This record gives sequence, structure tokens and C-alpha cells, in this order.
Amino acid sequence: MTLTESLVAGGTPGAAGFDVEQVRKDFPILARTVHDDLPLVYLDSAATSQKPLAVLDAERAYYELHNANVHRGIHVLAEEATGLYEATRDKVAAFIGATDRREVVFTKNSTEALNLVAYAMSNAETTGAEAQRFRIGPGDEIVITEMEHHSNLVPWQMLARRTGATLRWIGLTDDGRLNLDNLDAVITDRAKVVSMVHQSNILGTVNPVARIVARAREVGALTVLDGSQSVPHMPIDVAALGVDFLAFTGHKMCAPTGVGVLWGRHELLEVMPPFLGGGEMIEIVTMEGSTYAAPPHRFEAGTPMISQVVGLGAAVDYLTALGMPAIAEHEHAITGYALDALATVPATRIIGPPTDIDRGGAISFVLHDDAGRAIHPHDVGQLLDERGIAVRVGHHCARPVCLRFGVPATTRASFHLYTTTGEVDALVEGLHGVRRFFSR
Amino acid sequence: MKLDSMYQEIILDHYRNPLHRGLRDPFDAEVHHVNPTCGDEVTLRVKVSDGVVEDVSYESEGCSISQASASVMSDLVIGKKVDEALELEREFLALMQSRGTAEGNEDVLEDAVAFAGVSKYPARVKCALLSWMAWKDATAKAVDPAAATGAAPTPAGAPLDVPEQEKP
Repeated sequence: MTLTESLVAGGTPGAAGFDVEQVRKDFPILARTVHDDLPLVYLDSAATSQKPLAVLDAERAYYELHNANVHRGIHVLAEEATGLYEATRDKVAAFIGATDRREVVFTKNSTEALNLVAYAMSNAETTGAEAQRFRIGPGDEIVITEMEHHSNLVPWQMLARRTGATLRWIGLTDDGRLNLDNLDAVITDRAKVVSMVHQSNILGTVNPVARIVARAREVGALTVLDGSQSVPHMPIDVAALGVDFLAFTGHKMCAPTGVGVLWGRHELLEVMPPFLGGGEMIEIVTMEGSTYAAPPHRFEAGTPMISQVVGLGAAVDYLTALGMPAIAEHEHAITGYALDALATVPATRIIGPPTDIDRGGAISFVLHDDAGRAIHPHDVGQLLDERGIAVRVGHHCARPVCLRFGVPATTRASFHLYTTTGEVDALVEGLHGVRRFFSR
Repeated sequence: MKLDSMYQEIILDHYRNPLHRGLRDPFDAEVHHVNPTCGDEVTLRVKVSDGVVEDVSYESEGCSISQASASVMSDLVIGKKVDEALELEREFLALMQSRGTAEGNEDVLEDAVAFAGVSKYPARVKCALLSWMAWKDATAKAVDPAAATGAAPTPAGAPLDVPEQEKP
């Protein structure tokens, strides 16, 4: 398939040649209008990204020409479908700097990838000695951070409950960064696993992974990185990050919903117990018991999300052709522009780092009326929608962060490769309008 | 603007100057309901005497619609017989589920008819219903504590028949 043909014909990728207007032409939905004839201003990419034509075409072509189940059957379609599915594994491995394609496991999303590790750990108790590294029980500790999305919080709470282990976390500073002052006291030799978010979905903070990984290694803990909000927005190299596992999801990186990835070091995946049992993840099955397939298939039970995986491959091709460094540079510029622009809206409180240093393009804030009373994000979102502006309001599946900053909810504007300064201007104008409405 | 149908002046008045707010003693039952998708929360107390809703008091946090609704609801049900108040709740629920097709009977619902416009916005219906559901739950507990324990609200505290709009 020539999935990137239209892209290459349409613009010159690369940092210098990054042309956001050209990029936008690849995303049909960005040309639609809402509420009769208002242009759509989509500032909710942290919830899900829009999809370029190349991804839509790849999924459609898969069903029109190649649809079959994978890894079984010896007919032409089965081989083509398997080839497309497995080709994405190579593409994803290259995209994140993995040298071994067996380290890429397809999951439903980040949530399932993180649950996979958590359940593998509690399954280790009843697995052979080779899974020793994953065993966890009373007296052991699980360390996360206070800025986790619920998907990297609740599975660990559940693991703690199942095994009797203790959950601990790294707290936050007032400007939305991890408080590393007492890092050595939080991550001790009782820690079995340290799981943290790379870029916060609510604060936008990009965390100092190296420092935390160094400490986790000192004490022999496994390290898990939630890359849901980083993999779609910046160049990622798992070797440089130094973590043991990386979870991310396709739908935030221009791919369809329903497909995510767990990357894990091969030597760990090799001894990691399975999570879901079923077809495809086995070696030999008898009525008395079964042995399991080698990774990655041990962790891909049942018929997988084939068309979505094919779509993910097309998304990786698309992003790679544009260049992740160029995308990161574009988003960094938009983020800085937006922080400056939001500073012009009176009495607006940014929840998260106030500068564009070590910060991604998801900006949470609380708006106030002329009397200094907070305007609830739900009201802000409703009035912005009236202008065709899509933002996210609520606790963003990170309720502990809202509690930490003493707010019930925030309004969040989030950006991607197709976001323009004009859209940020529309947001700021909209926020002035919201203030006028509630200051009447 | 189209939104004026939702943000009626009467709603904004209740939002700015809520009635019956603050938790008061005595009370027969207290409940805490949340709307997990948007972070709206209400703690609500009910005092029932001789089949009459003697007092409703609450502390709440949330958007203008949910705040105004708590104010309107408490003002409407205080002093009513429990049966009459429950009838009002059913009437208000029907209005909220009308998707903009009903106007509501002002003689019965009084200020609460101002929320008719909210029913056009499915994502906001839960905001308007939060305090009503909390009141209904608390009243059930107040009237029959034993029976009410078996009929706890949904974990989310949100009514099951309202469409889920926002993905966490």
C-alpha cells in the first residue's frame, strides 16, 4: 500500500518545511462546520486526535481487499492480513526505537496495556520461579505519582488490594511538577514497580523520567511509563528512556480507537506471566493444562483488532513522514503562544507549569468572573461550544490532581500537529466572551 | 444566542443567590452524590416530619445549572407533603428527558420550568438532575431507613436512564 503518497505529494515534511495549513488538508474533519456554519476549532486532542485520510484509507483498503483472520489459515487473504498486521509491529518498533519487534504487544489501549502488567504481576505468584521478578506481596511497594491518569492509578490500587502490597506516590509541587525532594524516601528497596506518566494529560508536565528510573533501578524495581500523551507528540526512544515498559494508545496519535501498545524489554516479557488466556496465546493445550506462546503472542489472546492495527501502521507512517521532531517543534511553539495568550485573560489560573519548559500542549485552567468567582468549567465548555470551540472540561480522569490543586474541575485546551495560532486566538476571544456572560 | 434557552435569567439568579444552602440540623438522612464526569458534588440533608418535607439543606459544588437546580429544588419541595414532592420529582425528570419537546407546567414546577431548555443539551441533563436525585435518595432513607439501605443509588449517584455523554 502507498499510504504516504498523498502526504508526500501534499507538502514537504521536516522542521523547516512544516506547513500546518498543508497538514490540515490531510484531516477531512477539520474542514467541517458546527452549529450551522461555524468553523470547528478542535482543541481536545488530548482526549482523542483526529484522523488523517491516509489512516481512513488504510482501514478501508484492509476491509475491501485483505480482510481475514490473522495467524491462522493458509489462504491468500489470511497471509495478506497477517502481513499487514505484523508490518505494523515493525513500524511501531522503529517508531519508538525498539530494536526487537517481539517487544511490541498490541492491546486495546493504554489502559489495557497497564492492566496487563499489573495482572501479570499478581499472576506471578502462581507461576514458576522464572517469574520471580514480577512477584509482589505484603511488605512490597508500588510507586506511582500524584499526577497519574486513572488508567495508571486504579490498576495499581487494584493490584495492591489483590496482593497486600502498599501503594505509594510521588507528590506534586504548586506549579504542577513532581516533588522529587524526598524521592529516595518514596522509592525504597521495598519498591517492586515504579509506574509514572511521561506527559501529564491534565497538567501538561513532561516528567524527568531519567532521574526516577535511575532511582528505581538502584532499588531493583520494574519501571513502567505511561506514554499516552507523549508518544503522539514527541520523538520517543525507549533505549534512551531506560524504562522496562512503555504503554501508549493509538487513538491519540492519529490512529483508530481500539488499539494500543505495550512495549516491554524482551528479557522481561519472556518471563512475564500472561494476563488474558485464550486462542493465539498458547503453545500446547491439553485438558489438564497449557503452555504459553513466546512474546508478543503470549499477550495477544483472541482475535486481535486487525483493522485498527493496520490503521495504526498508517498513522505511524504518516507521523514519521512529517517527522516527530518537526511535530514536537510545532506543538512547542503553539503551547508557548497559548500560554502567553491565556495570560491576557484576566484572573485566569493555569493548573500546571506556567512556562513552556518541559511542558506539552495540554493546558488546564480555571476562569473567573469580574467578581473573582470561579466560573465552573462545565459552563465554560458550554459557552465555548456555542462558538464551535471544542475543549475538555471536568477532572480529566485525574481527580487526585484536582484535589491537590483545590479545584473541582478544570477547562483543558489541548493541541496537536494540526493546531493553529488562529485557533488559540479563537479560544482566547471565546474566554473573554465567557467572562462577559458570567459577569453580567 | 441559542444558549439563552438554557441559561435563563432565573437560573442565573438562583446560581448567584442560592436558596436554602448550607447544611442544617436536625436532619433524618444525609447523602452524598457525585457526577463523576464533570466533578459536580452535592451533600444533602432531609428532615421529614409527619409526612412533610420539613427541611432540605445542602452543600454543593458544580456548574451553574447544578447549583441553580439545587436551589430551585429545595425551595420547591420544602413544606410539601413527601408524596407531592415525589410527584414533582417525577414531573421534573420527565421534563429533563423530553429533549427539548416539553415546556413544563409552570403552575406545578414553578421556577423549575426554566430548566426546560437544558433538556436540549443531553450532557447537561445530569447537572440539572443531580440534586433532585440526591433529595429523592435522602428522602427514601428518611422515610424508611431499613428499606432504603437495600435501594442504594447507583455507584455514580447518577440516574441510569440519562445518557452517558462524557468519557473520562
